[in-house]
Amino acid sequence: MALPKPKQDATDARLGAVNVPDGPAWARAARTDAMDRTAAMGLPHRRDEYWKFTDPSALVAVDAAPADVLDDDDALFSGSGALTLVFVDGVFDADASDDLAGEGIEISRLADAQDLHWARDLYGALETAGQTPVERPLAALNTATATDGVLIRATGNVARPVCLRYRRSSDDADVVLHHVIRVETGAQVTLLETGSAAARLSTVTEVSVADGGTFHHVRQQGRDHQRRMNTHTFARIGAESTFKSFTLSLNGILTRNDCVIEILGDDAIAHVAGACVGDGDNFVHDDTIFITHDAVGCESRQVFKKVLRNGAVGVFQGKILVKQGAQKTDGYQISQSLLLDGDSQFLAKPELEIYADDVACSHGSTSGAISDEALFYLRSRGVPEKQATNLLTLAFLAEALEEIEDDALADDLRDRLAGWLDRHAG
Amino acid sequence: MLNIKGLKVDLEEEDKSILKGVDLEVNAGEVHAIMGPNGSGKSTLSYVLSGKDGYKVMGGTATLDGADLLDMEPEERAAAGLFLAFQYPVEIPGVGNMTFLRTAVNAQRKARGQDELTAGEFLKEVRARAKDLKIDAEMLKRPVNVGFSGGEKKRNEILQMAMLEPKMCILDETDSGLDVDAMKLVADGVNALRSEGRAFLVITHYQRLLDHIKPDVVHIMSNGRIIKSGGPELALEVENNGYADLLAEAD
Repeated sequence: MALPKPKQDATDARLGAVNVPDGPAWARAARTDAMDRTAAMGLPHRRDEYWKFTDPSALVAVDAAPADVLDDDDALFSGSGALTLVFVDGVFDADASDDLAGEGIEISRLADAQDLHWARDLYGALETAGQTPVERPLAALNTATATDGVLIRATGNVARPVCLRYRRSSDDADVVLHHVIRVETGAQVTLLETGSAAARLSTVTEVSVADGGTFHHVRQQGRDHQRRMNTHTFARIGAESTFKSFTLSLNGILTRNDCVIEILGDDAIAHVAGACVGDGDNFVHDDTIFITHDAVGCESRQVFKKVLRNGAVGVFQGKILVKQGAQKTDGYQISQSLLLDGDSQFLAKPELEIYADDVACSHGSTSGAISDEALFYLRSRGVPEKQATNLLTLAFLAEALEEIEDDALADDLRDRLAGWLDRHAG
Repeated sequence: MLNIKGLKVDLEEEDKSILKGVDLEVNAGEVHAIMGPNGSGKSTLSYVLSGKDGYKVMGGTATLDGADLLDMEPEERAAAGLFLAFQYPVEIPGVGNMTFLRTAVNAQRKARGQDELTAGEFLKEVRARAKDLKIDAEMLKRPVNVGFSGGEKKRNEILQMAMLEPKMCILDETDSGLDVDAMKLVADGVNALRSEGRAFLVITHYQRLLDHIKPDVVHIMSNGRIIKSGGPELALEVENNGYADLLAEAD
């Protein structure tokens, strides 16, 4: 079927300007296939159902709009003892990184991967599966064009988290990274991500968690003010496995985080959560989540909280799909916004689609302001208005931060949020 | 200490006069009670003094040790030594009671130019005060007033008062919703705080609370004015005869 002309034109222009990188045969095949799929789907347009709240044109455009480099001496997660991998403008910096070796873990770079690498079975495979029933062409474009990324295979209980630390030095870096994570049966690993990666960033993270495996993911997205990014996480998780992902977003012009999780084994747990604070009318933050229950007795949670002011826009599109036979599913979805003034907007599209008859799924979505009663109560105890507002704002975000398993990591992010609120108060 | 002269207050949203010229003077060390029928303006007086939005001062003055209360933000009034124990303490999900108390104590200390309490100093203080009010560690950890019983909420108000050490305490129907034992506990908490340098204004419907917190002066408020003041016997008169006689007398 022919694409609408504006979409076709935009797709042709972008695809004409990108190259499919070379690599081992499996990577070349996956990239070529992804390029064909991208061309057939066409890149996203505002008229697409899944982009009606967020304009994707800056993500689709041939050139990335420049974004000032933020002087961000990012010490976040530095107390975690993580094995740290540094990317500068999307290029791996071996000197600044730790050795790619650890107990119970294999780490390599996508750029270095050889013909017989384990990732050949996964690269682009979860992304391809995640294109149904909703097309995600930017993810396919990422698979086609990513030159680097991290390939992590956990074979045991990995005590030391792996931290991807993104830095940037150029104001027009247009970066595409593709990570693949495989957590073997009963293995466990924590992935951290932080920092300012690029003026425009696209990441795809494919995560396969085998039976009894555990994957924890905590990330803070770049604080640079003008950056734009879209991230996709595609996860496939097995029986009695655990997948937990949390994202904190501050600043940035455009952030679109897609998370697609397929629960394939019984008694598995999938949680995805996020907190974002946005200030200003050029701030758009979009969480688009799709969790499929295709097994018995599984639990999923989506917990998203957004604090918006001065015209900031927050978007939540969350879906729980419970397939036939996925009995005893326990699904929970909450998306809430705290609108600190009358100019900001929260657009939410919660969806449940259930084909099993013995399930418990609850969902809610609210928008509200700071409670006058609570504010007065705090002030009457001597807490100045600004400090009281910040305290109530952090309280609003608390439910999302509680989704983080590791208390020390959660405290790191709480401090970061408190600092942001202090600087942006009033 | 607290000096109110000719205070007239309207509701901001509608053109309705609530306080129609209140005169009241409370000296350091004294306990004053205000009684009166529903709608007489008792709670409004407490809100206006503590700085709640929604009221318009149409005339008169209110000062605390000479400082103009009506000109201050609510937090400034608190730092100046004013405390209101709420009739309906507010639930604040997501803010731990301990965090709340410590933030408040240190904000006031900061406003007064004192050093903030360290975590250790604060903890020691709060544990001792909480114990007197039979508030357990669990209640200190929970979010502010969330899931607290009526009695727990009121005890938590008194705990805040004890920690903040205000000089002018206003208790707005602190006895409402309390059983006899809970009321005794709260009253004991208040009595323990009575001192020469501190004054209380106790708003209540019932004589019962005043059996436990003995007032020096009792005021009867009706239709936005204090219509009669007297000793503790005035409260007994209300308890026995209701307000009808007093109101008729005032007309």
